Amino acid sequence: MLQAIAFYLMAGVTLLSALAVVGARNPVHSVLFLIAAFFSAAGLFVLLGAEFLAMLLVVVYVGAVAVLFLFVVMMLDIDFAKLKAGFAQYLPIGGLVAGVLAIEMVLVALTVAREGAAAGNALPDANAGGTSNIEAIGKVLYTDYAYYFEAAGLVLLVAMIGAIVLTMRHKAHVKRQDIGKQVARNTRTGMEVVQIKSGSGVEL
Amino acid sequence: MDWTTPLGWTLATLGHVLSVVLIVLVGLAFLIWADRKIWAGVQMRKGPNVVGPFGLLQSFADMIKFVLKEFIIPSSADKAVFLIAPLISTMLALGAWAVIPFAPHLAVSNVNVGVLYLFAVSSLGVYGIIMGGWASNSKYPFLGALRSAAQMVSYEVSLGFIIITVILLAGSMNLGEIVARQQGWFWSWNWLGGGLKNLPLAIVMIPMTVIFFISFLAETNRPPFDLPEAESEIVAGYQVEYSSTGYLLFMLAEYSNIVLMCAVISLLFLGGWSPGFPVDPDWFPVWTGWLFGNPITFNTLDTFYVLVMIAKIVFMFFMVAMAKAIVPRYRYDQLMRLGWKVFLPISLAAVAIVAGWRVFMGVA
Repeated sequence: MLQAIAFYLMAGVTLLSALAVVGARNPVHSVLFLIAAFFSAAGLFVLLGAEFLAMLLVVVYVGAVAVLFLFVVMMLDIDFAKLKAGFAQYLPIGGLVAGVLAIEMVLVALTVAREGAAAGNALPDANAGGTSNIEAIGKVLYTDYAYYFEAAGLVLLVAMIGAIVLTMRHKAHVKRQDIGKQVARNTRTGMEVVQIKSGSGVEL
Repeated sequence: MDWTTPLGWTLATLGHVLSVVLIVLVGLAFLIWADRKIWAGVQMRKGPNVVGPFGLLQSFADMIKFVLKEFIIPSSADKAVFLIAPLISTMLALGAWAVIPFAPHLAVSNVNVGVLYLFAVSSLGVYGIIMGGWASNSKYPFLGALRSAAQMVSYEVSLGFIIITVILLAGSMNLGEIVARQQGWFWSWNWLGGGLKNLPLAIVMIPMTVIFFISFLAETNRPPFDLPEAESEIVAGYQVEYSSTGYLLFMLAEYSNIVLMCAVISLLFLGGWSPGFPVDPDWFPVWTGWLFGNPITFNTLDTFYVLVMIAKIVFMFFMVAMAKAIVPRYRYDQLMRLGWKVFLPISLAAVAIVAGWRVFMGVA
């Protein structure tokens, strides 16, 4: 019974906050509702017994991605009138995407009802045989799907390098701190005595 | 009362949670006092010494003062977010204590992914700060919030890698099991590599312990990394607009996080409740007695373990307080440099070395 209460509570919060993400007028509120949705989705994972996935969802999406999201949205100066101006123009494309998603979800729900847990074919227990689901995921990920896993890592690496290359500029005139140099400095090298002729500058 | 029914389970868990929260909060009150005393001692001042003997009750007096003052909401603030922010900070800070084991079976929740849970909850702590800073609708709080967002995300990366080295050594993400691996003599503690066979790993694990300590100072916005609330630059950062209970909750959350991290570093690196020598359970007999006509048992072994754990937490807190008193504040670009250019590569290399050791030297 407790499980049922927890499930309906968290499923309800997930749906309501997902709705509020779209409905909220203030974009920062939207992001905050998005975080609430992520968080309660993680709760649903825990209910399924997939605690590792739940924690990863929180660490990666809530703890890192959404923070940067919030960071960017807070700094943006958003003009609401301008934002809403194109509503009619984008409606057909948006409606199409929404429709496709809705059909997909109905299909998934039908399949689950006919062949999944609802029809009595329960999922294999993630914690069966004394292995935690971290071990279970690890064993599959690093054996059967090792190549895909590494390919995904490579894609991320390329994206990261791309972002660095695009944003890195070396400005010639900026003085940079060289901590090694500062630490290596002693009284003899740190000070220089120069004889200056009157009326002339000195090059240092 | 049958504790196996849903109602009984709920009540029992609630009692468990309340007892932990109560102990943590009262402990915090004295640790805050200790923090101020240590700070004062380093600066050759007396520190709080008026309320109670040695000023011991200072924190309680402060709490009453905070609660009784007026709570001011700035007129242009985002009211809902402004009010929720300190609540979220405190809830997350106290919620993280759920998985901390104080003795072999003394944890509110013994989850398989305890380490990940702690990591997840501590990474959420930044939301209270960002929300508070943004909702204040004022310049300094906003600057503080942005600083803390960037700072906490940066240092989480190296914290994560260091935690991975410990997980590799222990072979488990369960905090109880990680500590169980460090039982026996003190050389089996993880900061020395975890066991005599792994002793060469001490070359890696001692620096990891130090980096973990420094990173957790940065993660909890503690001096010398308290840039989100640097008073010489941005007054009090994200806390500027908060008064009375709101400010109290933020401060409580901050100290709770610091003490939590002290507990985590003791669990991960310093053997948790292990006293550093093999303990024979015969030394600690179980006492049985009567309370209101009910038989009760008093487990002296667990009590001993809890005391050892508390001693380690207090020692780590002393180190944190000394760091605050001794080290001057970092400049922001130096903070970022330290996180990304120094700690990240070193901890990444440590993960590779420890993983290689586990695979090729075949030591479990």
